[in-house]
Amino acid sequence: MTEWEIEFDRISKSFFGAPALSEVNFSIEKGKTLGLIGENGAGKSTLMNILGGVFPQDEGTIRLFGKKYSPSCPADATDAGIAFIHQELNLFPNLSVVDNLFIDGFPQIGKSPFIDKSSLQKRAAALLSSVDLNISVRTPVEMLSPGERQLVEIAKALSRDARVLIFDEPTTSLTTTERKHLFNIIKKSQQQDRTIIYISHSLEDVLELSDAIAVLRDGCLVSTGPGREYSVDRMISEMVGRRIEQMYPLRSTTVGSVALLKVEGVSQPGIVRDISFKLHENEVLGIFGLLGSGRSELARIIFGLDSCRAGRISVTEQDITSSSPVESILNSLAFVTENRHQEGLLMEASVCENLALPSLREFTRFGPARILNRSRMLEFSNRIAETLRIKSGPIHKQKVKSLSGGNQQKIVIGKWLLAAPAVLILDEPTRGIDIGAKYEVYGTINKLAEEGIGIMYISSELEELTGMCDRILVMSNGEIRAEFVRPDFDQEKILQAAFSGRAGYKADNG
Amino acid sequence: MPGEIVLSDHFVLVITILYFLLIWAFYPHMTGRRNIANLFSNVWPLLALVIGQMFVLIVGGIDLSQTSIMAVTSVLGAMVMAGRFDPAKFEQNPLWGMVFSEQGGLLAGSGWAVPAAIIIMLAVGVVIGFLNGLAVAKLKMPPFMVTLVAMSFYSGLAIYLTRSENIMHLPDSFIAVGKGSLGPVSSAMLIVVTLAVLAFIILNLSILGRWFYAVGQNVRTARVSGVPAARVVILAYIFSGFCAGLGSILYSARLEAGRPTLGRNLLLDVIGAAVIGGISLYGGKGRLLWAVYGVLFFVVLDNSLNKMPLQFYSIDIIKGGVILLAALLDSLRTRIAARQTAAGEIA
Repeated sequence: MTEWEIEFDRISKSFFGAPALSEVNFSIEKGKTLGLIGENGAGKSTLMNILGGVFPQDEGTIRLFGKKYSPSCPADATDAGIAFIHQELNLFPNLSVVDNLFIDGFPQIGKSPFIDKSSLQKRAAALLSSVDLNISVRTPVEMLSPGERQLVEIAKALSRDARVLIFDEPTTSLTTTERKHLFNIIKKSQQQDRTIIYISHSLEDVLELSDAIAVLRDGCLVSTGPGREYSVDRMISEMVGRRIEQMYPLRSTTVGSVALLKVEGVSQPGIVRDISFKLHENEVLGIFGLLGSGRSELARIIFGLDSCRAGRISVTEQDITSSSPVESILNSLAFVTENRHQEGLLMEASVCENLALPSLREFTRFGPARILNRSRMLEFSNRIAETLRIKSGPIHKQKVKSLSGGNQQKIVIGKWLLAAPAVLILDEPTRGIDIGAKYEVYGTINKLAEEGIGIMYISSELEELTGMCDRILVMSNGEIRAEFVRPDFDQEKILQAAFSGRAGYKADNG
Repeated sequence: MPGEIVLSDHFVLVITILYFLLIWAFYPHMTGRRNIANLFSNVWPLLALVIGQMFVLIVGGIDLSQTSIMAVTSVLGAMVMAGRFDPAKFEQNPLWGMVFSEQGGLLAGSGWAVPAAIIIMLAVGVVIGFLNGLAVAKLKMPPFMVTLVAMSFYSGLAIYLTRSENIMHLPDSFIAVGKGSLGPVSSAMLIVVTLAVLAFIILNLSILGRWFYAVGQNVRTARVSGVPAARVVILAYIFSGFCAGLGSILYSARLEAGRPTLGRNLLLDVIGAAVIGGISLYGGKGRLLWAVYGVLFFVVLDNSLNKMPLQFYSIDIIKGGVILLAALLDSLRTRIAARQTAAGEIA
């Protein structure tokens, strides 16, 4: 007879009358891994929050190890042996690894209030070696790479002897090597008979790791079953509720001859070295590179957020080498930044305010007083919101922070469309958004390219680049290592170029 | 829903009116004509300062130097226009004989004395604000530190310049700025209402206003979106300095003196009124109406406490307690708002 670790029994939850989960009913076998998938807003987070004691369900019961389980706060979940490894990591960057590991329970000397330093060091070292992390326990967390931080977080979960590990999008900010490492650790935990819930938009990963799959859509369970019964195609069609035949749209125009963006010999010590390329009309130019290859830094230099020591940058024949972002925008450059929370959006402001922010100068009247023409601003913003199909309430009232990730990302792109740019730089435009939203973003990018805009497309997802781009430049260690022109996209060669020149390249390859 | 009331724009006004009615029951002369006039005469100069402070708070800063700007501009203005300096008090002053003498200040007696003094007071406020803004925006120094040091420096300077003596004998036409009136409308009211209208236009109707809020909410997003962030921050401090200069004019005229200690105990009132009004110390949030309500509440509170048989220190204790409550309310409001959107987000 199967032993169940977690049983969800007809769980329902609604917020202000809007159902977020309705009668979700499935179970997770003890010591197995369940892949939980669904689009943003499908109810995955709500379900996990209920499991984690963040808020209670309206109806239904959860049984944990066969016993009825109703946590009233997150600490209850921790005590019950459930550990979250969050998408946004919950570590204190200013504290050392060891402090982070034991922040909620330092070992004491007897019953005195003093910390038992020697046992602390020993236990921390043991925990780090259990996740194969080879760093000093005294290292401050801010010095670690995203992958290493994740491993520390896992070590922290293991330190509490958690029986259930929940991974929420663990791979979004990891390099290929770090990802491999993470998977080894996950597999090790599987062998130790821990139960794992693995949530990800990366469906291949889910298939690789999971014993069973559960698909959520619009708060309902679509299907659940053993992993071998699922394929990526089936997962997508169940998540979306329809089949997406052609993920990457076909373009009807060809690359023009006019160079919109010219970068010549741009160097900044320690960041990028001797970068030269041209971006043409109607062209989608991909920039591929691993984390730390200088791809995002290059975009920041071009846009004028960071400076460069040498080289020349021009947009439509206007020199913008040492210009500020303000001047870059006036010269028809636009930049969709990598991290929408930190640099892309004003989370507290309305949709309209965000859409109009870069082009406020266009909506003035009374000359130098620069009084805002609100009705015109609203009219133009509404047009963009409609074009991009941004799902939102009245855009002058709806705050951005209450929208889904996909809609937020559309706003980050949409805010530049009002400014009618000649060149659009996109840095990871589909990170952390679901497949349906990705599909729409691809369509938008394609349409912009057809309208003549030159697009510089930075991404760490190779498949996305080979699907969308006319040409791909590969960066490594701050240099351009290779150039590939459609249709000669060879994923293996591109990856090789991306790994070349990196320390440990041979190890990575072998 | 109690959350709705706390989050409402007019919450502070409602509280003020309720409080006023409560006090009125015990002290019926609260509504006497003289008291009401007194109440409003206290509103205007404080409102000028709070409006300036609001701009800095919106961009995520704080200006602790406002009161010292008042002191230093009050003294400088008086040195330009005072009609007579008492030799017994000022003979030892390093500026004696150079800037002023027994015959009065730099421009004493001239028709330009008062306008020049006013322009100088405002200009000095603007320059000090500019320097504060430069240190914050270009040198990336923490606003708290920059303006704390400025507070100490300029109040010291004001005392040094006067050897801690008040400068009396200000021209009548200057005193009229703070005390005069056109029919029922006091000149102070006229000036500050004009300032408020200007502030409203900037904050609510102009591009600059959008930029102030954008920088306060997320300076990195603002920069990427083409907001000239450094310039916007500097402008906020300039505006704050200008308002402090204006406050200095109104207070100096009312007190009929250039005082090196002007505004010494006013800083808590300014920031207290702003916080009570709901202008967030975390930046990005604040409206003109909130500043007005905050000042109204603060002035009514002050007025009522003065009516009670209390020692001056108990007044300070109560005022401090009320500001603390307001700060608590601010964080409560943030929490309620956060909970509402969090719930909305998942749904």
